[in-house]
Amino acid sequence: MPGKLKVKIVAGRHLPVMDRASDLTDAFVEVKFGNTTFKTDVYLKSLNPQWNSEWFKFEVDDEDLQDEPLQITVLDHDTYSANDAIGKVYIDIDPLLYSEAATVISGWFPIYDTIHGIRGEINVVVKVDLFNDLNRFRQSSCGVKFFCTTSIPKCYRAVIIHGFVEELVVNEDPEYQWIDRIRTPRASNEARQRLISLMSGELQRKIGLKVLEMRGNAVVGYLQCFDLEGESGLVVRAIGTACTLDKLSSPAAFLPACNSPSKEMKEIPFNEDPNPNTHSSGPSTPLKNQTYSFSPSKSYSRQSSSSDTDLSLTPKTGMGSGSAGKEGGPFKALLRQQTQSALEQREFPFFTLTAFPPGFLVHVGGVVSARSVKLLDRIHNPDEPETRDAWWAEIRQEIKSHAKALGCHAVVGYSESTSICEEVCILSASGTAAVLNPRFLQDGTVEGCLEQRLEENLPAGCGFCHIPYDELNMPFPAHLTYCYNCRKQKVPDVLFTTIDLPMDAAVIGKGCLIQARLCRLKKKAQAEANATAISNLLPFMEYEVHTQLMNKLKLKGMNALFGLRIQISVGENMLMGLASATGVYLAALPTPGGIQIAGKTPNDGSYEQHISHMQKKINDTIAKNKELYEINPPICEEIIGSPIPEPRQRSRLLRSQSESSDEVTELDLSHGKKDAFVLEIDDTDAMEDVHSLLTDVPPPSGFYSCNTEIMPGINNWTSEIQMFTSVRVIRLSSLNLTNQALNKNFNDLCENLLKSLYFKLRSMIPCCLCHVNFTVSLPEDELIQVTVTAVAITFDKNQALQTTKTHAEKSLQRASTDNEELLQFPLELCSDSLPSHPFPPAKEHLESASSNSGIPAAQRATSVDYSSFADRCSSWIELIKLKAQTIRRGSIKTTVTVEKASPVGEGNFRNRSSPPCANSTVGVVKMTPLSFIPGAKITKYLGIINMFFIRETTSLREEGGVSGFLHAFIAEVFAMVRAHVAALGGNAVVSYIMKQCVFMENPNKNQAQCLINVSGDAVVFVRESELEVVSTQQPAATCQPSCTGGEVTT
Amino acid sequence: MTSELDIFVGNTTLIDEDVYRLWLDGYSVSDAVALRVRSGILEQTGATAAVLQSDTMDHYRTFQMLERLLHAPPKLLHQLIFQIPPSRQALLIERYYAFDEAFVREVLGKKLSKGTKKDLDDISTKTGITLKSCRRQFDNFKRVFKVVEEMRGSLVDNIQQHFLLSDRLARDYAAIVFFANNRFETGKKKLQYLSFGDFAFCAELMIQNWTLGAVGEAPTDPDPQADDMDMDLDKEFLQDLKELKVLVADKDLLDLHKSLVCTALRGKLGVFSEMEANFKNLSRGLVNVAAKLTHNKDVRDLFVDLVEKFVEPCRSDHWPLNDVRLFLNQYAASVHSLDGFRHQALWDRYMGTLRGCLLRLCHD
Repeated sequence: MPGKLKVKIVAGRHLPVMDRASDLTDAFVEVKFGNTTFKTDVYLKSLNPQWNSEWFKFEVDDEDLQDEPLQITVLDHDTYSANDAIGKVYIDIDPLLYSEAATVISGWFPIYDTIHGIRGEINVVVKVDLFNDLNRFRQSSCGVKFFCTTSIPKCYRAVIIHGFVEELVVNEDPEYQWIDRIRTPRASNEARQRLISLMSGELQRKIGLKVLEMRGNAVVGYLQCFDLEGESGLVVRAIGTACTLDKLSSPAAFLPACNSPSKEMKEIPFNEDPNPNTHSSGPSTPLKNQTYSFSPSKSYSRQSSSSDTDLSLTPKTGMGSGSAGKEGGPFKALLRQQTQSALEQREFPFFTLTAFPPGFLVHVGGVVSARSVKLLDRIHNPDEPETRDAWWAEIRQEIKSHAKALGCHAVVGYSESTSICEEVCILSASGTAAVLNPRFLQDGTVEGCLEQRLEENLPAGCGFCHIPYDELNMPFPAHLTYCYNCRKQKVPDVLFTTIDLPMDAAVIGKGCLIQARLCRLKKKAQAEANATAISNLLPFMEYEVHTQLMNKLKLKGMNALFGLRIQISVGENMLMGLASATGVYLAALPTPGGIQIAGKTPNDGSYEQHISHMQKKINDTIAKNKELYEINPPICEEIIGSPIPEPRQRSRLLRSQSESSDEVTELDLSHGKKDAFVLEIDDTDAMEDVHSLLTDVPPPSGFYSCNTEIMPGINNWTSEIQMFTSVRVIRLSSLNLTNQALNKNFNDLCENLLKSLYFKLRSMIPCCLCHVNFTVSLPEDELIQVTVTAVAITFDKNQALQTTKTHAEKSLQRASTDNEELLQFPLELCSDSLPSHPFPPAKEHLESASSNSGIPAAQRATSVDYSSFADRCSSWIELIKLKAQTIRRGSIKTTVTVEKASPVGEGNFRNRSSPPCANSTVGVVKMTPLSFIPGAKITKYLGIINMFFIRETTSLREEGGVSGFLHAFIAEVFAMVRAHVAALGGNAVVSYIMKQCVFMENPNKNQAQCLINVSGDAVVFVRESELEVVSTQQPAATCQPSCTGGEVTT
Repeated sequence: MTSELDIFVGNTTLIDEDVYRLWLDGYSVSDAVALRVRSGILEQTGATAAVLQSDTMDHYRTFQMLERLLHAPPKLLHQLIFQIPPSRQALLIERYYAFDEAFVREVLGKKLSKGTKKDLDDISTKTGITLKSCRRQFDNFKRVFKVVEEMRGSLVDNIQQHFLLSDRLARDYAAIVFFANNRFETGKKKLQYLSFGDFAFCAELMIQNWTLGAVGEAPTDPDPQADDMDMDLDKEFLQDLKELKVLVADKDLLDLHKSLVCTALRGKLGVFSEMEANFKNLSRGLVNVAAKLTHNKDVRDLFVDLVEKFVEPCRSDHWPLNDVRLFLNQYAASVHSLDGFRHQALWDRYMGTLRGCLLRLCHD
């Protein structure tokens, strides 16, 4: 019995009136965990009850602690009839189970009812006492940390990145059980919410076990999804990347640096100096390896010494021009062997991360994806979800072989998704084939010398663009040139990836959001026939999506896509494809050729004229876009960067290494046409394409948008952020259901949605919409639903123009807490500037290092600081209230009337020493889909937020129709997420994602139902400005991270 | 293609001040869109009418959801559903409770009942304010009235605490509530020249001096828990006012009073002769107003009487405001020299307030 869960119910407020006669409520609370239930006393006749209950204690297994949610039900006592439920609160106590996260959950939670929405709030305190060393209990996996963030969390350092973990659990959907026919919608919804909560707890526990088996201590990039398979059941599945993480702010390691930062930091590069060759070798410096000497962990100091000896070998890698091209081959081969050994024992060398520690990503091959169409059948035995497992295993296998065909051993930025319509289900998986540095993949002891040398050889900023596959035996016809950055290795002419833009990537100009949108009609069919029809359509859709993306990319004058996400959704009578990505101009890749239009009937004069008119329009657009996104690559490079004349002779060495390229990847399609990019407009369809190319309107000036974490080319974010969700549903008139009309409708829908966003957020200009995430679904025959979640971040326009500082600032921005990245940083600068001054830039990063070392101090001060932050928020309202309060306090008689008249005042008046206004301000909780908060430092991760809500109504019209209903529901979901974060002691959610928003309506019956699933990481952040003040004021000392809890929730 | 559903929800609730104003002014979505188009916003932002329509709908929906909370502003501060910065919360509340001068003049002093509410159509037609906006303003008055009606303590403070209004607006509401409670007649034709500000000024003086609360707050009061209601006039005080009648009933006293005033003001007043001729009429008017205040009916007509008995005679003789001030000061002060008159304190309480009111009422 390894745990004791303690719960205290303090008070309620703003309860609904449950007794019409008295306009009051007799409320009490049931607290349930597992099969144990406690009750509070009934608090008679009040809308603001003060229960102040005893501590309810549950003695439970830690397995249950992980699986079960704490269930709090608020009821209205009724003497003569059954008690009426007011609503419930589910609290996931997982964050209390690992030591570094929250220690207490305490705060006001919205009381939620699936029929009425939020009905008042309840103040609850939850604590857990854990008795044993939990890791001995193999059934539970307490202590494994979970992160939704798809990069190494900011205040941690990756010691080892173990790799892919996945799990799925299945169950019957309560909505489809026979009992659903006789129970109320409320009971059915609650059964569903509870079941999903249980299942995700179980899933998380099982994944945790796998992580422990791999000897990891955390899951990063954790993505959990629900498949509502209807009749055939409910699937909850999750994927993630197992890691061993080290907390960065361990005070022992940083205190000296804090006291005399400049000295410490300067000495380090000089210590490295005994090896002069490294400096002469130009862009590459040994600084990266030095990272380990900072690490408090022992195993790594050992490693650092080994890497020192490795470095003496570097001269062997000749850096003369051209020679690297030759040597690159064997290196690649050797690296491949190395990585292979590291990855071979793994069934799936997949990583859900999209951003990586420097040096981790060596080469990127391109996007790999796989889809399969399945017919759902009833899950007979929930304990053995073999079919579903097998389906996914099949797809992952396919992904793996695609990656192999690209000469890669790993897949990064990996994700999985489904689209279900009736009994047909499309499973999709995609990722980016890549070659990884094995250094992070295994324990330091196994590490050989090879990868070190190879790293030396890799020029920063372009290394990842170099092709990992064999030139001669290319898996698809690609057009290779020498890298425009280092001129030593080959690069493709375009690069598609699902990952974020690597921090050190050399980029020209700014990026932009690029979308491909597509609809295809499909005949209505049943079962097998339907599945076959869909399977037949899929390749065509993929092809068209890729063509569209390629065209739009060229039109923007860019040459690479990051964060590519292609979603194919299935409906009754159509398929929809929506691809989003962020286009950039990579300095390493060749300038994209323009788009040429060719007509099939050249003899027609007017037709010719039309063609040339179109051509002109396209050329103009390209020119305009280049100006808009500030793409002006140095012109001289054009000459040097011509295609390589003799690729054949050189690559013979590699033949033995080449992979069997019998696998045909999806990518073939997109890479079909190369240099002379000719669009043949021989039919109306193609005409449409060209038109649609030109209809995409660029965002209004002052706006930028991307779907990645950071916007390429913008780096000086200011602190204002606004996260939002926007949902649109359109009904297609059934008359004009042709592919073309559909495409136009869909295109308009997306474009109008974007336009609306730009308009709504116009007060934030200049700003950038980051992490724009579109989801499309087909809830019914003629309905298309598009859901967008993104964050708008303001930036400083003046500074943005100084592109020279881009690299430095960018790495400071994102990597300020990560020491490794800090050390990586001079390396980047060297590649840009001259090799002769590797130290001036180091100065710059000294500053960041010192603020970095200030973390412990900041953490200690968080609680203090945050409350003062809340104080500052208070406006004259509080002042007025305070004033009024002090005046009133004079007479006792008056309070009687006040209690009657003001529901708010009542609770607080009992305790006269604290006027109601003192704790009235609701703490601000920021939400963002990004992994960071601009202008602030994340000091602590409090645990994962994973919530599932159902809302149903039988009075749709009265609630403002579908828009009113969903608007209120989404606002409520945000409120509940914020309340949970605040109760954990946090002030922000990062990596927030709305994974599901399933909306169903039946206007004839005046009914609607919606399911929403959201997740993210609850964190504590401190403004950088405050951080500086704190660290200068107070001498650094050890801190108790736990002290941050509680205070924030007031 | 028709849009079935179209929503935007921000983590921080977006509030567009212009749209909020349109909503408060009671415009329908389509009217609001038309007005926004006319404001030239499309040209400024390059947006389309459809975008504007969708944006307006979104804001209207948000405001409708917020309205429930605005009815009890402290709820807006405590609620968790909408994350709104405090400065914006203050703006929402302040604007919601703001009212139109034209409207308030129509209902000032009327009973805030269903009957009055039915007349809102007429008021709407007369003032050009939309019916919706009239209803909101009327309901605000009524809501504030209901909440503070039974409450003790300072009226302004009560309003400020329960509705979180700015000082100025809370004072205005105190006046509205005070007028509604005492049903002062303000709608008569001869009162039309008076603004809401004039009445509010008088209300404040009367609350400060003529109510139970005024007595309770006096430092000499031995019992701090005494009734300190701000809404009702002090009944005892009104009864006592009958005693002032002696000032005009006793001919000697009246003559003495007149001579004291005339002596003091001779040469200082531009309208001295008119004053001298009118003194007895004016004094009778002012004292009789006081003596009548025991009857509710006469309380209601207070302003009508003041205008009839004092403001109009002064106006017909073209008294400059400064002369009115000098006269009233002297008129009030001279009573202290009347040896036979024993109700000095009562006189000061009455005349102090009345002097302020009359000065305010004397304009065109």
